[in-house]
Amino acid sequence: MAYKRNIDRLPIIPAGAKEHNVTCHYCIVGCGYKAYTWPLKKQGTTDSNWMGEDLSKQQGAETEAWYAPSMYNVVKQNGADVHLVIKPDVNCQVNSGLGSIRGARMAENRRSDVTGSQKQRLTDPMVWRYGTWQPTSWDDALDLVARVTARVIDKDNENDLYVSMFDHGGSAGGYENTWGTGKLYFESMKVKHCRIHNRPAYMSEVHSSRDMGVDELNYNYADYEVTDTIFLVGTNPMECQTNLFLNHMVKGMQNGAKVVISDPRRTVTVDSCEQVAGAENVLHLPITTGSDVALHNTLFTYIADQGWVDADFIAKSTFQGDVAVAADSAYPASLGSFEAARVACKMSLADGAAATGLTEAQLIQAAEWIAKPKEDGSRRKCVTGYEKGIIWGNDNYRAIGSLLNIGLATGNVGREGGGVCRLGGHQEGYYRPSDAHVGRPAPYIDQLIIAGGGKVHHIWANDHFKTTLNASEFKRVYNRRSNMVKEAMDARAGATREEMVDAIVGAINAGGLFVVDVDIIHSQIGQAAHVILPAVESGEMNLTSMNGERRLRLTEKYMDAPGSAKPDCMIAAGIAQALERVLREEGRTEYADQFKGYDWASEEDSFMDGYNKGNPEVTYERLRAMGNDGVLEPVTGFADGKLVGTNRLYEDGVFKRHGREDGKALFCMGEWRGWQAAGKAQQQANHRFLINNGRANMNWQNWFLDQGNEFVMDRFPVPFIQINPDDMADLGIKAGDMVEVHNDMGATQALAYPEPTAKRNETFMVFGAPNGAQGNIVNPGVNELILPDYKHTWANIRKISDATPASAAVSYKSWEVEL
Amino acid sequence: MKCNRLVDVGRRQFLRGGVLGVAGAAAATVMPAGQAQAQTARAMLDYPSTKLANLADLKVNEPMDIGYPDAESPGILLKLGTAVEGGAGPDGDIVAYTVLCPHKGFYMSYHAADKTLNCPGHFSRFDCEKGGQQVWGHATQNLPQFALRVDDKGDIYAEGADELIYGRLSNVLQG
Ligand code: SF4
Ligand code: FES
Repeated sequence: MAYKRNIDRLPIIPAGAKEHNVTCHYCIVGCGYKAYTWPLKKQGTTDSNWMGEDLSKQQGAETEAWYAPSMYNVVKQNGADVHLVIKPDVNCQVNSGLGSIRGARMAENRRSDVTGSQKQRLTDPMVWRYGTWQPTSWDDALDLVARVTARVIDKDNENDLYVSMFDHGGSAGGYENTWGTGKLYFESMKVKHCRIHNRPAYMSEVHSSRDMGVDELNYNYADYEVTDTIFLVGTNPMECQTNLFLNHMVKGMQNGAKVVISDPRRTVTVDSCEQVAGAENVLHLPITTGSDVALHNTLFTYIADQGWVDADFIAKSTFQGDVAVAADSAYPASLGSFEAARVACKMSLADGAAATGLTEAQLIQAAEWIAKPKEDGSRRKCVTGYEKGIIWGNDNYRAIGSLLNIGLATGNVGREGGGVCRLGGHQEGYYRPSDAHVGRPAPYIDQLIIAGGGKVHHIWANDHFKTTLNASEFKRVYNRRSNMVKEAMDARAGATREEMVDAIVGAINAGGLFVVDVDIIHSQIGQAAHVILPAVESGEMNLTSMNGERRLRLTEKYMDAPGSAKPDCMIAAGIAQALERVLREEGRTEYADQFKGYDWASEEDSFMDGYNKGNPEVTYERLRAMGNDGVLEPVTGFADGKLVGTNRLYEDGVFKRHGREDGKALFCMGEWRGWQAAGKAQQQANHRFLINNGRANMNWQNWFLDQGNEFVMDRFPVPFIQINPDDMADLGIKAGDMVEVHNDMGATQALAYPEPTAKRNETFMVFGAPNGAQGNIVNPGVNELILPDYKHTWANIRKISDATPASAAVSYKSWEVEL
Repeated sequence: MKCNRLVDVGRRQFLRGGVLGVAGAAAATVMPAGQAQAQTARAMLDYPSTKLANLADLKVNEPMDIGYPDAESPGILLKLGTAVEGGAGPDGDIVAYTVLCPHKGFYMSYHAADKTLNCPGHFSRFDCEKGGQQVWGHATQNLPQFALRVDDKGDIYAEGADELIYGRLSNVLQG
């Protein structure tokens, strides 16, 4: 039976309940919500309540006067239990009152002593003692972190300290926390060996866009509503940017926009577009996986040959000449003028069709919908959204560059109804000192760790065990190296701090790794940690982020942190202060001085120390006043009591993201060259199934919490793999059977879900699951600039067992709506 | 008999402490419509027992419109044709659900070919053979299902619901 809460009434929000601005902290869209809190022993009534609405009556569709049980909880606020309702804000431009299956469960996914939700949240620092993790004070835990860390770092020599740190907004990221960690590792120190939460090095996901002069978030969401064509590439917004799709793309289609979708699989997005726009206005290009560069170059060639380009824009805003930047190890393709790119990228319809598996007719139709002037001769507006299908796909640099070529050639950057943008994962919230010392290409951290690199590892909300490639080997090595330290610590149980630090340093000098894990839950990589430091999320602290259209908002703190957990910026400050003290004690005065400047009383101080210094108009008070609509970055001023933002980037046709003084955008001169990352072709040749992978509506961006959420775990007790029913029959697999997916790299498990629209021998597995890591079977080969190609993995599939009772109980019906 | 499972789930939630206890304890005036003057406050909501139909009225895989717990709350009564967990009646195949989508309250329609309820609002869908499990969609709960009892005469009664119905903060409206 499906999971049911058996809640048949909820406390009513009383008039006068406290109201807080909340931006959903799960995905990039950043929907506006309101959090209401009120004392536990008070309640509204059907005739006296926050809405002033008569609640004795059934309310209609889309009412503001209803909330689901998932939007309710009981939490602590200033030490007292309070009721909490977090419901979508009907007045926020982003979502207009829509919630999603993720965001509308924010309240339920808060930690509560009263309702028992999210008991997995960490509440106190823990240190490895007596063979397990023992709770302790911040002072004690930070002292150990500082003393061990101080033994492996020195002025201008910090290469034995490895750092994995998130770079995103929302969640537990945001400007406060990226600054706190950034100041520690990039200003007080110059740590070179670092990586980001979802990839094995510290680098941009969209190098080529930036090198061409174009920031990857350049439009605003309303551009989807006024465009002629929506071009979606390797992205599935109905599931992964839900309310961007529902509240903006749908409006665009209702206003007559056509949709072109490039994706090897038929996603829910394709079906939803057909429902809204009519199948005749939706063109799905089910390309051969990895052939994106061929598709984009063919479209670019055809569009240019037809003359469907914006010659004025090209002349005024793009580089004139031949090559502006020559290809080398830091630039995987040359960059230059439109004409130079036409030569380099030239691809005929016939060659394009052969490489992509599409027909020439499909290619022509796509080009027409994207670029052919309208009947009255006016320019066609086209907005392009792309995401992990090409970011984590084949030949990242050229795939994104060749796509942006089309947008630039047709003048669709910086114009209403245009834009070529990442759709995004988390929100953004990056404010750090320069990372130039890291280098480009950046060090491939996860492979260095496997090779024995690093002595101390500080981890900030990264879980390599779930989100790295070559994960099987990584876990084996990581467990062995961290265990060496655990054993050394166990052997010296009862020793003084000084003796214990000596024992730890002895173990790391013998190849061990000392691990400090900062997170909100006890993660999988956290099982290897020696010190665990509890952090908080948005809402448990004040937190600023921007969404996929650069919309900056402040989420107001509406509840207490679990136990003694702290914002990451305050933890970073604590580490800096402990390091300063230890270094001074050791007489390393000059180095100690580098760790001054962290006397922050709250996250707001971190915000003022970082973001505000670069953006002096922006303060908490002003952001609070801007509410859930916030302001679009960059903020350019403050007038009439309001922050003034930037509706759309590049409206002036001047491109500076690459740092060029001339302000001219560059085109990418990257020809199609097949598989770019090492080992892909060979793995493909040796295994039957493509294990395409990605995210699912229900739990993407919040799976770490949802592993403790019954509604979610009831639907998918094990991560699913969608397989064509004929392939299942071949292998003797029934719906719900547990299968092992195995190849030369390792193995993982999944629940078989029949998917009639899947191509034969092409499966889709959900990525990043706590209990079935797809990364186990991804080979270590990366694109240039260490961009992982998770999407291209081949494996064989075998049945492990019949469906378990939990798996047998769930629905295996099609995800496509039948109206 | 099979309906008892629903009750069990409710009891488990209740005993875990949790929201229901808080809500129940706080809602001192919660009683079925028309009984607001009653003095006894109970921990759990009292649902009306409402006759929906007789077994003889049902055709396999053809949903019948119902209103439960009151006329303002539309739903369907459905004989699936194959026994399902939680199904009522001699064949264990009778189920009843709200048709208000728990996402934003749009009216859903029944798709007989795969026995799902489908929402025109934003395309969520729910499996009528799996207790209203959301197959795919935006709702943060599975579909409220009505507990059924069939008496000796074959009369089918609805007697409760297992999730909050869209558009009301109490499944049984309060005056
Ligand atoms: S679409 Fe994204 S931001 Fe909006 S409610 Fe859902 S998870 Fe939150
Ligand atoms: S109202 Fe049903 S999916 Fe939104």
